[in-house]
Amino acid sequence: MNSDAPQTLDIVQAGLAKRRRRETRFRWYGRTAILLAMTFLALLLANILGRGFSAFQQTYIALDVYLPPGELSPPTPQHLAKVDFEGLIKQTLRRSFPDVRKRRQKRALYRLVSSGSAYELRDWVMEHPEQIGKTVTVWLPAGADVDMYMKGSVDTSVPEAQRRLKDYQIHWLERLKREQRLALRFNKIFFLNGDSREPEQAGILVALKGSLYMMIVTLALSFPLGIAAAIYLEEFAPKKNFWVDMIEININNLAAVPSIVFGLLGLAVFLGYFGLPRSTPLVGGLTLTLMTLPTVIIASRAALTAVPPSIREAALGIGASRMQTVFHHVLPLAMPGMLTGAIIGMARALGETAPLLMIGMVAFIVDPPQGFLDPATALPVQIYLWADSPERGFVERTSAAIIVLLVFLGLMNLLAVLLRRRLERRW
Amino acid sequence: MQPDTLIWTLSALCAIAFYLGRHRAVQASGGHIRNLHSLPAYYGYYLALCCGLPALLVLCLWLLFDDKLILQLILGQLPEFWRNLPEDRLSLVVNQIHNLIAGEAGIQEVDPAIRAAADHYQRLKTTGYRILAILTLTVATAGLVYGYRRIAPDMRARNTVEKSLRYALILSSTLAIFVTIGIVLSVLFESLRFFSKVPVTEFLFGLKWSPQMAIRPDQVGASGAFGFIPLLTGTLLISGIAMAVATPIGLLSAIYLSEYAKSHTRSIVKPLIEVLAGIPTVVYGFFAALVVAPLLRDFGVQLGLTVSAESALAAGTVMGVMIIPFVSSLTDDALTAVPRSLREGAYGLGATQAETITGVVLPAALPGIVSGLLLAVSRAIGETMIVVMAAGMTAKLTLNPLESVTTITVQIVALLVGDQEFDSPKTLAAFALGLTLFLITLALNLVALHVVRRYREQYE
Repeated sequence: MNSDAPQTLDIVQAGLAKRRRRETRFRWYGRTAILLAMTFLALLLANILGRGFSAFQQTYIALDVYLPPGELSPPTPQHLAKVDFEGLIKQTLRRSFPDVRKRRQKRALYRLVSSGSAYELRDWVMEHPEQIGKTVTVWLPAGADVDMYMKGSVDTSVPEAQRRLKDYQIHWLERLKREQRLALRFNKIFFLNGDSREPEQAGILVALKGSLYMMIVTLALSFPLGIAAAIYLEEFAPKKNFWVDMIEININNLAAVPSIVFGLLGLAVFLGYFGLPRSTPLVGGLTLTLMTLPTVIIASRAALTAVPPSIREAALGIGASRMQTVFHHVLPLAMPGMLTGAIIGMARALGETAPLLMIGMVAFIVDPPQGFLDPATALPVQIYLWADSPERGFVERTSAAIIVLLVFLGLMNLLAVLLRRRLERRW
Repeated sequence: MQPDTLIWTLSALCAIAFYLGRHRAVQASGGHIRNLHSLPAYYGYYLALCCGLPALLVLCLWLLFDDKLILQLILGQLPEFWRNLPEDRLSLVVNQIHNLIAGEAGIQEVDPAIRAAADHYQRLKTTGYRILAILTLTVATAGLVYGYRRIAPDMRARNTVEKSLRYALILSSTLAIFVTIGIVLSVLFESLRFFSKVPVTEFLFGLKWSPQMAIRPDQVGASGAFGFIPLLTGTLLISGIAMAVATPIGLLSAIYLSEYAKSHTRSIVKPLIEVLAGIPTVVYGFFAALVVAPLLRDFGVQLGLTVSAESALAAGTVMGVMIIPFVSSLTDDALTAVPRSLREGAYGLGATQAETITGVVLPAALPGIVSGLLLAVSRAIGETMIVVMAAGMTAKLTLNPLESVTTITVQIVALLVGDQEFDSPKTLAAFALGLTLFLITLALNLVALHVVRRYREQYE
């Protein structure tokens, strides 16, 4: 044996250091990839939270409004609806800032309060009719620019000409601040109003209600239909049958069809053929049903296969019919899995936007829907609509709406996880 | 009677039928349930079905067709002049009638003939509902009586009920087929109408996309061009960027999680990655347009590059992040399907863990991974909101990721959102785009399925 020739062991050992380095490097690739994904997630959430959190507060201005008894009595809703509360507020503002003379400055002065504050004042007067005839301090929602200033989003180092808030306005605001007439309060407008052109008046009530109605329609249709389809395919369908194969291929394919195509289907069939009204939760819910159905079916089938055959055999053995076996024994055991699948499908439907754009749910709607056939928007669509508006106030509200949406989605997923943990049985 | 009250009445009738049927069965058995063929409840269900099913059928058919029927009746009674109008004018008249009925007539003067027609419509509708109520309730009662008479101790109620239930199950599972047919037909019909106005070859091979149609014939620059190539390149460019982001990150994180990570780390990191999949796409779109795109533009300025505010890079990157969990979970499935024995064989030959993964596990899992990537591509192509919010509107034929491009989905949304007429090539073009989108994703899905079936090794 020639001892000069390199032994296998030598060759291995010579390369060992390099191979170990490669091993370490490979692990670091994996860690970096995970880190990148996590970083992006953190960035996204931090960004949205950082931008949106301030929208849950709104600036209010305290004004000493004189309520003239002549104009305001009798304080019945019919009469108060006709009273010019806007004029009252303007008067008050002029009195508080007597040195404002120029027209442009006056207009800027009126913009200190939100255009919706006239209604707020009216509602306040209706609740406190005994105050008529006195001068009272009322907290009214401030205009969008004031709100942004109070939240610190106005950069005063920018030259005056490029700012929405001019120096004299900032001067007023500083004075109001010193007098403690400006305060940030919980923004209930955001939850109680519909859409508006003014950011400080815009809220998500229409969107929330629309989404709720749509989810009701979707759940009521996709859950029973999905379960029925899954039961047939898993428990009754003959194996090796052309039609059954067709159904399975179709379900799997539908699960991967882009959601916008379902929107086109909804547009052509529900709006075009059946002539259902546009922008309604009913049509939105129907479209989303078709979209979520494959998900529900697939999840339900998985839940059914997880039930061991011994359960079925035992039931059949004591004389149950196949239908009874399924509905009395298999289905209750598979129900938790099916519910989880349904909730996850619902969560996806809740966040879906594209098909709703197709069926005309992108509308400017102020009044909350009263039923399934009233025009409405949905939460993600409202986000999309607001995201288009350039005002700083809308950016804030978009982020806040996203936070609300994410909270709902998080709750639904949490529910799904808890349900699975609690009810899942291991065989 | 309004249809919704009718439905409630019918439900109540069915409930009564259930109790009646059960009662009748118990009575017929002479107090000994063992004399019955089925459990008493099945007789109840049987009677409820007898009562409700035919009536419901009548109700549905009526509601489906009554509107069209009544409209025909009214149009037939319109004066000669209106009846001989061309198709499109006639649909205007129909619209006017509908508006009158809905009480949205507005201020403009309405022709008395049309007003009369609207009144007539309403009268017919009310009479129709009355007839419908009588008809439905008669059918329900007839069913009830028929079923009631048939109930006897030796009647096989359970078998009948189970058979109808079975048909219901079959019907709901065929819904998937109907949905697919519905998609194909609805998109196909409109596409065919589009292709009768714009030749297929122009659509498939045209290099220019500008769907503005002329309002006036002599308008400047208003000749609609429907060339689909710029949209396709735009879509592929953005999807390509997305895959370039998602593939390495998704693959490597899945490999690390399934091969290296301790189960504790795995149980924390995996759900976090799944969170990325749960975030609605509209949120990604907002983030791309508001944060990523300006960031890239500023970065480009520092490097001396001009980056468009709606660059393909921004939309693509964010879309890639959206797809990461998709790639990683499908890769994870493929990796865990590779049996332990293969890994142990490699270790036995002296391979390091990295060598085992790259040399043995990955090749074995490759079909699964490839099919997962194909599904990811199909998702990227069909993704809508990110590109609608972060990508451009103008169709440019370019492969430069720093420029703004548009995609198929963006154009569908642009064409269909807002006011639309069902007949203009603009609206129809959206359906043609939808058809191509459907076909592209369908092809990708089928190929993915085929790859898995054809090349997967069976290890058991």
